[in-house]
Amino acid sequence: MGERILDVNNLEINFHTYAGDVKAIRNVSFHLDKGETLAIVGESGSGKSVTTKSLMGLLANNAEVVGGSIIFHGEDILKKSEKQMQGIRGKDIAMIFQDPMTSLDPTMKIGRQIAEPLMKHKNVEKKKALAQALEILKLVGIDNAEKRINEYPHQFSGGQRQRIVIAIALVCYPEILIADEPTTALDVTIQAQILDLMKELQRKIETSIIFITHDLGVVAGMANRVAVMYAGQIVEYGSVDEIFYNPQHPYTWGLLNSMPTLSSTDLQAIPGTPPDLLDPPKGDPFAARNPYAMKIDSEEKPPFFKVSETHYASTWLLHPDAPKITPPEEIVRRQEIFKKMQASAN
Amino acid sequence: MKKYLLKRVLYMALTLFLVATITFFLMKLMPGTPYSNQEKMTPQQIKIMNQQYGLDKPIWLQYVIYIFGMLHGDLGTSFQFSNQPVSYLISSRIGASAQLGVQAMIFGVVLGIIVGSVAAIYRNTWVDTTATVLSIIGKSVPNFVLAVLLQYYISLKLGWFPIADWGGFSYTVLPTIALGVGPLAETARFIRTGMVDVLNSDYIELARAKGLNKFGIIYHHALRNSLIPLVTLIGPYTVALMTGSMVIENIFSIPGIGEQYVKSIQTNDYPTIMGVTMLFCFGLVLIILFTDIIYGIIDPRIRLTGNED
Amino acid sequence: MAEEKYNLQPDSFEPLAQDQDQELDSEKIAAPSLTFSQDAWRRLKKNKGALISLFIVLIMAIVSFGSTPFINHSELVKSNPEYANLPAKIPGVNINGLNGKMKVSGVWTDVYKENGIKDNVHFMLGTDYLGHSLAQRIIYGTKISLTVAIVATLFDLLIGVTYGIVSGWKGGRTDNVMQRIIEIISSIPNLIIVVLMLIIFKPGMTSIILALAISEWTTMARMIRAETLSLKTEEYVLAARTLGESTTKIAWKHLVPNVSSIIIIQTMYTIPTAIFFEAFLSFIGIGISAPQTSLGVLLNDGQKNFQFLPYQMWYPAIVLVILMIAFNLLGDGLRDAFDPRTRR
Repeated sequence: MGERILDVNNLEINFHTYAGDVKAIRNVSFHLDKGETLAIVGESGSGKSVTTKSLMGLLANNAEVVGGSIIFHGEDILKKSEKQMQGIRGKDIAMIFQDPMTSLDPTMKIGRQIAEPLMKHKNVEKKKALAQALEILKLVGIDNAEKRINEYPHQFSGGQRQRIVIAIALVCYPEILIADEPTTALDVTIQAQILDLMKELQRKIETSIIFITHDLGVVAGMANRVAVMYAGQIVEYGSVDEIFYNPQHPYTWGLLNSMPTLSSTDLQAIPGTPPDLLDPPKGDPFAARNPYAMKIDSEEKPPFFKVSETHYASTWLLHPDAPKITPPEEIVRRQEIFKKMQASAN
Repeated sequence: MKKYLLKRVLYMALTLFLVATITFFLMKLMPGTPYSNQEKMTPQQIKIMNQQYGLDKPIWLQYVIYIFGMLHGDLGTSFQFSNQPVSYLISSRIGASAQLGVQAMIFGVVLGIIVGSVAAIYRNTWVDTTATVLSIIGKSVPNFVLAVLLQYYISLKLGWFPIADWGGFSYTVLPTIALGVGPLAETARFIRTGMVDVLNSDYIELARAKGLNKFGIIYHHALRNSLIPLVTLIGPYTVALMTGSMVIENIFSIPGIGEQYVKSIQTNDYPTIMGVTMLFCFGLVLIILFTDIIYGIIDPRIRLTGNED
Repeated sequence: MAEEKYNLQPDSFEPLAQDQDQELDSEKIAAPSLTFSQDAWRRLKKNKGALISLFIVLIMAIVSFGSTPFINHSELVKSNPEYANLPAKIPGVNINGLNGKMKVSGVWTDVYKENGIKDNVHFMLGTDYLGHSLAQRIIYGTKISLTVAIVATLFDLLIGVTYGIVSGWKGGRTDNVMQRIIEIISSIPNLIIVVLMLIIFKPGMTSIILALAISEWTTMARMIRAETLSLKTEEYVLAARTLGESTTKIAWKHLVPNVSSIIIIQTMYTIPTAIFFEAFLSFIGIGISAPQTSLGVLLNDGQKNFQFLPYQMWYPAIVLVILMIAFNLLGDGLRDAFDPRTRR
């Protein structure tokens, strides 16, 4: 892969609430290379969105970054002023939101909404900005763009609106595009179209994508690398093949088990609920839901164990002293496929 | 659009016609004649008076004459004010009332928008708390109490403005404030709530994600979206201002419609009561129609169509 | 890996006793479940402004209605010139303005002494121009104002709720016609309806109540109709209809309880409007008038002498404003309590 453009190190974010500090993000580190797609996967409340909002400097008022750094072009984003962040947002790092029905201003023509970042960041005058907006509108596949550029959001369907939101995000050719569950609110058939569009545009514009989702199915076709988040931490990360076919963390097993495949007969849910982040458990936060939990899990937080150059997982099961356990059937099946893949690669 | 407008105008006409009819017959039901308050008159005199006012004709004929007269702007003759035509009474007084009403509306709405937006932008700070407390007080202090206090403390004690009467702009300041505080408080509350909603919306977050600065976000996105629904309040404000004018014009001795209305009610001057009643109704119906059309123009989501039942 | 950092025991990798197995599947709900009204009450209790307002409203209601056996109104309006226009005198208080002294041409003078009134005579809030105790008149006036407002609001509620439920429930043509009627009524300023009523029924309590009831119910009817329309399609109402429950029974058992929060909130906003209208009409002299007493009448009386005896207007004005603020805050608090979405 290309040069590294983003480095997140030991990020810690707390939310101040009336009940106390919610430790939403704990010790999160990851990186992003030029042109690649990193998927961050996890269930609701695992801290995916909070992590990416901190990249944009868009955290809620009651959130506080208590530690860590986010290095973008050699500079720590977290140390930048709001003014400086305004120069980065929408220009170098752009974002696509979850719900296209509510993320467009209902009273502004879409052309103007797409042109706004250009006028702000590139000092393009309005006429030229609108001309460029028209180009990008064609690029994201809105038919009859010349006419529709003067229409309002309510005149578009959900899928079309998400295309417009993508157009807004890409109009300044950002280096990083953050997509926060961009297809969750859409129909399944539209989902595929939007994903294809994103892949196509990524090639054309040469942007890196951070793709946030709770849907592993979407990840397979989109991402180069995957980071799995649980309870505010990354528990496993690796290439997309490594995560799908050689998963090591029991939580990743659970996620894959709950995903329908052609061969699966029934879907397994992960029992229980995530821990209360007001008072996170001492050891492995997944211990309480982990059928393979060991004594150490309730005492010590596991470090990252290296599986391969690109693949790390944070579970005591990878410790040399840990007993050998048999993962669920489906995972064993996947690991066998992985072995074949490696064998054929060598 | 045309079909919708036509339908609305028809409803307007129907409303006004119903009000005119009901008012007319209610007035006819009233005991007493216009001159029952006055000294004894001979039957001869009464007969002459009846002829003069057209009261000798059968009621249905009086009704027809009244309705047709109204279509030509003839609202009859006042019983009390030296036999002046009601339309003249109204037209000679409408200027003061209209000026006061427009001034109060502008004062209340503009200041209310500012207070409400500032409160929403600085939500949950002392600014917001102060604005909220002030708007609750503004909503709760009756305008006539405020008027008396302003008149006494600002005009009489401090001598900043004329105590009463109607002359230049300085005469309008205190009545405008007294009338406008209600709409001000209401607007501030309305805008604050709306703006807080808007500021929490996804499209404001997207605007932030675009890198717009605070001013750009508020000016281009938040303000427009929270101002649009305010148009619906102009109708209720008009009613409040009409009501308020009755008492404020009295306190400040302003020769306006409201003051006239109160006098007419106290003296059973039925033609004038009816005239002013019709004027108020007409004004309100017109303003409601007007605000509906404006709303359709400024909010792209609303399409005025004829079949929106 | 740097496992030296970790304190690994020989038994560290023993499987954890899986005794929480049952707990894992059952999704425990930690907080006790509350009914809708309990939940609303809990939220209301957190809102200090609303709670204080509720307290103030209750105190005012208890004092004004509880005073009935003690304040004889016909006695209260008898002229009593020797006590006329006395300022407040509260035993044991020595603040100018509350100790029987009043500013007369710039000098604080003891009006009680000047008029040769016995030392043991105290008027907590002074007296009016006929020598009646202002405190007693304010309490009585509050009672009348509250009565007018409450009775008018009850009528308003009765008409509005019935109209709204019928209109929303019947739907179709009936609904259409009923909505057109509301449209027409609400494009007549309610002031005009009130004035016409007053002309027909002659000023007084009854006519004000009727006038307010007739002019104020449309808002309630509109809100109830909207809610009924959406409730009509709820599954449990459909179920009741399928089971052959009578319409009246459905309305009473399913609709009314579900619109009750709207009714309560709307009532809380209608009462101050009614209080304002009564005061307004009486103030301009076409509502309740002397020798009857209401807050509006007291304000009207007070205004005449405001320049010289400001307390005669200040006291009733303060009571009126406190009453209005309390109802408005209580309304806001209830709205937030019943509908947590609007809470900010």
